[in-house]
Amino acid sequence: MCLAIPGKIIEISSENANLALVDVVGLRRHVDLGLLEDDRPHPGDWVLIHVGYAMSKISEQDAAEQMRTLEMLGESEAAMQEVQGYGLEDVVNKPLT
Amino acid sequence: MKYVDEFRSPELIGKTAEEIRRLADPHRHYRLMEVCGGHTHAIYRFGLKDILPANIELIHGPGCPVCVLPMGRIDDGLSIAARAGVIFAAFGDMMRVPGTQGSPLEHKARGMDVRIVYSPSDAIKLAKANPQKHVMFFAIGFETTAPSTALTLQRARKEGLRNFSVFCNHVTIIPAIRAILDSPDMRLDGFIGPGHVSTVIGCRPYEWIAQNENKPIVVSGFEPLDLLQSIVMLLRQLRAGEAKVENQYKRVVPWEGNRAALRAMADVFQLRPYFEWRGLGFISQSALRLREEYSEWDAEKRFDVPGIRVTDPKAAQCGEVLKGVLKPAQCKLFGNECTPERPVGALMVSSEGSCAAYYNYEHRKAALVTSISASV
Repeated sequence: MCLAIPGKIIEISSENANLALVDVVGLRRHVDLGLLEDDRPHPGDWVLIHVGYAMSKISEQDAAEQMRTLEMLGESEAAMQEVQGYGLEDVVNKPLT
Repeated sequence: MKYVDEFRSPELIGKTAEEIRRLADPHRHYRLMEVCGGHTHAIYRFGLKDILPANIELIHGPGCPVCVLPMGRIDDGLSIAARAGVIFAAFGDMMRVPGTQGSPLEHKARGMDVRIVYSPSDAIKLAKANPQKHVMFFAIGFETTAPSTALTLQRARKEGLRNFSVFCNHVTIIPAIRAILDSPDMRLDGFIGPGHVSTVIGCRPYEWIAQNENKPIVVSGFEPLDLLQSIVMLLRQLRAGEAKVENQYKRVVPWEGNRAALRAMADVFQLRPYFEWRGLGFISQSALRLREEYSEWDAEKRFDVPGIRVTDPKAAQCGEVLKGVLKPAQCKLFGNECTPERPVGALMVSSEGSCAAYYNYEHRKAALVTSISASV
């Protein structure tokens, strides 16, 4: 719950500007962009995700470092489990090509 | 020191540690509190205590939301979920937290409909998928998770979703820091400020600590180098007789915080006059409840809540540990009656609780050393 998970925005829904498809180490899930409405991210941008909501925009380098921090803390598995759980059954789970 | 090899820029770590030794007055004992449970976990995991000079003591603060939740709130939430047709939805972190009649997971084993969700918006999805049932989301967390609950509630209201409610346990960090500073048995020299909470609230709310309490505070990242740099920044201020708010975690934390998140919280929540914190007692204006406009989605208004109050087991000294008066291992129950596998106190439940962190890294390490020396 307290994990900050870095993800890359792949696509933003054309019907709902707050719904984005995000890639987290190859796992793709929908996250909510509603908390970034003052500084909207675009596809290709990196964000830190808390409980399914993108909370801040970060650089690609910071995203890589955050993933490494999670690994060092022994929390990367929990982070991936959390991401895996976003969106319950209607999930898009395909690795990056 | 076994984790040092994994650190980023080990030379820089070495230099920063050297700078800490240079800045620390050997005739002075420093007590610095890391407020955030994530920092507590990182400090134990990386063995930072082994790097710091002996006269710098890190005190573990109240920033683990699972740890400070009173048992009565869990009982209250579960009592609502015991009604027919109610689904209890919560983050995975809550599942093993003991109530007086057992944890949510144990209630599930006895037939209660308990579901793990990883995002509050998934609780909405659950409600839509189960229109004949009522989904109650057991909300927990500091300002890091409260904005997500707020947006979820805005959506539920906009969509007129009737079979969904929130049992709100969101707490705010600043009043907890104030309560700790007011505690007579507490002496602190400075604070390592929480990283992700500050993404939302920014750095400005900490200014009163610097101004009124004359304590420096440095908002910090989670890597070993971040934490050591934050300690350098605190020592520099203490040496210069200064007390100000500094931001070591600029790469993620904007000084003004996340305004959209703060707006969402202000729209949905209002401060409770007081709220009970496990180990710290009642703290005024320290927690959030839903505003009148959201009554329909407020589980505390929709259902009769017994308002259960549970005194912590007398032998467990969670309060003293939470306030940094006792070290985890100094509690009578630590490591025998209270372990991460069978937690009595909440500080043992979450990996961010200081007792669990201490047990997982220090206690197990010490046990290993003892067993190795015994076998040699």
